Amino acid sequence: MEDLLELATGIAGQAGKGEQIEAFVARANDTAVRVYEGEVEHFTSAQSEGIGIRVVKDGRVGFAYAGTLDPAGVDEVLAEARDNVGFGTPDEWAGLAEPDGVALVEQDLWREELLSLPTADKITLAKELERLTLAADSRVRVDEADYADVRAEGAVATSTGIATAGRETGAYLSVSTLADDGDVTHTGFGFTVGRSPADFDPERAAREAAERATRLLGATKPSTGKVTVVLDPFVSAQFLGIIGSTLNGEAVLKGRSIFAGRVGEDVAATNLTLIDDPTNPLAYTASEIDGEGLATRRNVLIDGGVLQMFVESSYSARRSGAAPTGNATRGGFKTTPGCGCLALSLVPGTRSQAELVADVDEGVLVQMVQGLHSGVNPVSGDFSTGASGLMIRGGQLAEPVREFTIASTLQKMLKDVVEVGGDIEWLPMSAAGVSLVIRDVTMSGA
Amino acid sequence: MADEMIDQDVVQRVLAAGLRTGAEFSEVYVEDKRSSSANLDDGRVEQVTSGRDRGAGIRVVRGETTGYAHTADLSEAGLLAAAEAAAAAASQGGGGARIVALTRQPAHRVSDVAIPPDTIGKAAKVQLLLRADEAARDAGPAVVQVSAGYGDSRKRILVANSDGVLADDEQVRTLFRISVVASGDTGLQTGYESLGHTIGFELFDQHDVEEMARRAAQQALTKLNARPAPSGSLPVVIQRGSGGVLFHEACGHGLEADLVGKGASVFKGRMGEQVAAPMVTLIDDGTMAGEWGAIGYDDEGHVSQRNVLIQDGVLTDYMWDFLRARKDGRAPSGNGRRQSYMHLPMVRMTNTFVLDGTDEPDDIVRATDHGVYIAQLGGGQVNTASGDFVFGMTEAYLIENGEITDPIREGNLIGNGPQVLKDIDLLGNDFAMGMPGTCGKDGQGVPVGDGQPTLRVKALTIGGTAA
Repeated sequence: MEDLLELATGIAGQAGKGEQIEAFVARANDTAVRVYEGEVEHFTSAQSEGIGIRVVKDGRVGFAYAGTLDPAGVDEVLAEARDNVGFGTPDEWAGLAEPDGVALVEQDLWREELLSLPTADKITLAKELERLTLAADSRVRVDEADYADVRAEGAVATSTGIATAGRETGAYLSVSTLADDGDVTHTGFGFTVGRSPADFDPERAAREAAERATRLLGATKPSTGKVTVVLDPFVSAQFLGIIGSTLNGEAVLKGRSIFAGRVGEDVAATNLTLIDDPTNPLAYTASEIDGEGLATRRNVLIDGGVLQMFVESSYSARRSGAAPTGNATRGGFKTTPGCGCLALSLVPGTRSQAELVADVDEGVLVQMVQGLHSGVNPVSGDFSTGASGLMIRGGQLAEPVREFTIASTLQKMLKDVVEVGGDIEWLPMSAAGVSLVIRDVTMSGA
Repeated sequence: MADEMIDQDVVQRVLAAGLRTGAEFSEVYVEDKRSSSANLDDGRVEQVTSGRDRGAGIRVVRGETTGYAHTADLSEAGLLAAAEAAAAAASQGGGGARIVALTRQPAHRVSDVAIPPDTIGKAAKVQLLLRADEAARDAGPAVVQVSAGYGDSRKRILVANSDGVLADDEQVRTLFRISVVASGDTGLQTGYESLGHTIGFELFDQHDVEEMARRAAQQALTKLNARPAPSGSLPVVIQRGSGGVLFHEACGHGLEADLVGKGASVFKGRMGEQVAAPMVTLIDDGTMAGEWGAIGYDDEGHVSQRNVLIQDGVLTDYMWDFLRARKDGRAPSGNGRRQSYMHLPMVRMTNTFVLDGTDEPDDIVRATDHGVYIAQLGGGQVNTASGDFVFGMTEAYLIENGEITDPIREGNLIGNGPQVLKDIDLLGNDFAMGMPGTCGKDGQGVPVGDGQPTLRVKALTIGGTAA
């Protein structure tokens, strides 16, 4: 890690007069094992590394990257980034992040034990998960069981005084299931994740994978109408991710947010408080620094239904006059930073999912959604997604249903939140899930 | 040119190292990709980017087990280390093989590149963005935001394996896309157009970015007047060249031999059966010159080809990669693809499309009393096991009394693959390919094309909010 920081600061130090340079350097070691019918189907092990260099001069930005850290390759990347500068349009707000005095909240993201874990143990974990899943329900087949781990190190340094580095480990165990139902086969999945396999709960992953595949056996297409939906935590986490994308300072500046100009207004039901907090160690995406090297921090975006703020990158903060919020995102060394939420969660309520369902007269418990990327437009707010789950009648879970859509608009759904459950779950995505009751949603089926 | 990437003697030694632990197959895949891109947003060229991805992946197969390792170090030492790692990873199971002498495959370039994009200055690429931005904004004061992107890449690959295959390919791709936001009393709406081909900068002699910009702007402006989309089941007419993704999702993925082999496809065991309406013939064709999914060789060194998957409604073949074909004792179909040298190849589509029927497109609309007309589809997703799929309609209209009337707001359509194939009841004679796509599977994205004539599906579920 120290060698990466040294490399990054060395490059940033080459900035000439009137020039800013940022170097982002990353290195990762990955292992992936797939097991099928008790045998290893494939085993991948690899090390990758790379660098992305951003140069700013006279309000113009140039960028280049390469998947190598050898000195000749790095020199070429810097030369290319400098050459690219000349073709940008001058922007008085263009620039790199500058240290803003906010201290890092130290996180425990690295597990030394992962480095010495024998390969055979990794294979055994995947085989064992396959076995547990098959044992959980005789109607279930397994089409793959996967183990994966990664150890990643990165550093970012700028000529404006940023010099930070971080490292983390992650381990993932997952299984994909099938259950035959006449001509149709239903699918399920289960997973357990952590900083190392010590955090795994394979029994739960196996149980959930079997349940997901079998709970749709005999499912039919429901009729069309307005219903109350209860979103399962796994679904609400994805919904929150989309809401987060609309509370983005860059989208606001560029006229792409439905919430532009609405800070201080009621945008959601009063029971809804939305927080972005990568300093929370429970969050899967917990991190010490954002994509530009600033300390991450806790930001309350919606408080009791009232919009409080947008998340900002250094660029959007500078241009809008807002304070930096430490929300630069980065998809690796091949891209420049963007702006976005890093670890979203709703402040949970107190009741269980069963208690929420008991209050619903006519509705549907949505356990899976399909096509959020194609049926939701965060700019217009139109929301439409394929779904499957269980009908709710008179407060009781009833028959399984599939091949229908639920639709509304993002603006309306936030206002229509009836209750937030107490069952918060920290899922492997950038938002936590919690059971969420939303009324007046159109269910479209037969 | 392949000789520049890596020396043939080195390839031989690396393949041998892969077999050292008793494996029966080893493979070297070398990639050198240079890309450049530029993006404009908010009236400014935000940045120009240059990228270089270069490395090799070594695959070793022993019994049912595949070992894989990759490296960015293309020296002989780096490659041998990766081969050792892959061999160790695969070292369970039996076997043992010797390398067959390498035979270089003849060059197979399916797309002619007239003007390699790396011979064009960055200023000319940026100029395209500025022209498109201006054209979109000129469409009217309601256009409030424009973003546009240009991208090109030149990827050279070399694949060699212990069966004696030695093939190389050069794949050039050039892409342009534009996204427009319009604002009105009803809120914000978006319009989108993209263009991508496996050719060079001559793309812009054949297509006008200003015209694309005006179309994207018009789409956003039109949608400002959109009514809520209907809900429930209705007949759907899909404009030519906009609905190939329907077939990509509704049946393409289900015809991939890896999914079929694990019983994870609704099309398993249905070879020779009538799976679609009799007028439907579905093709996957990696040789389609200039199209986004065109390749000379696939990423396992097999020559690309045209494969008939459904002939007159009857299932005639699946798509295959090396491993699945070997297991079934048949030839691969040129569908073994991977995102990069960091990824294992698997069965993937190339250009997937439905051939022309006999109906006049206007007659298809006229024959529809009440339904939805889709002028542009967004992305989609399928569950191959159940066949249930969704896809987004990004530009759509109502059909009332046989005429296209009001625009409707965005939403998903949902259907079941096998059912939809049977429910196609009218098929036009106006075939066109659609916009370039990126197909995602098991975490890997590869470029794909799709196409179809104007057609009607008897009933699909529209995911709107109106009664």
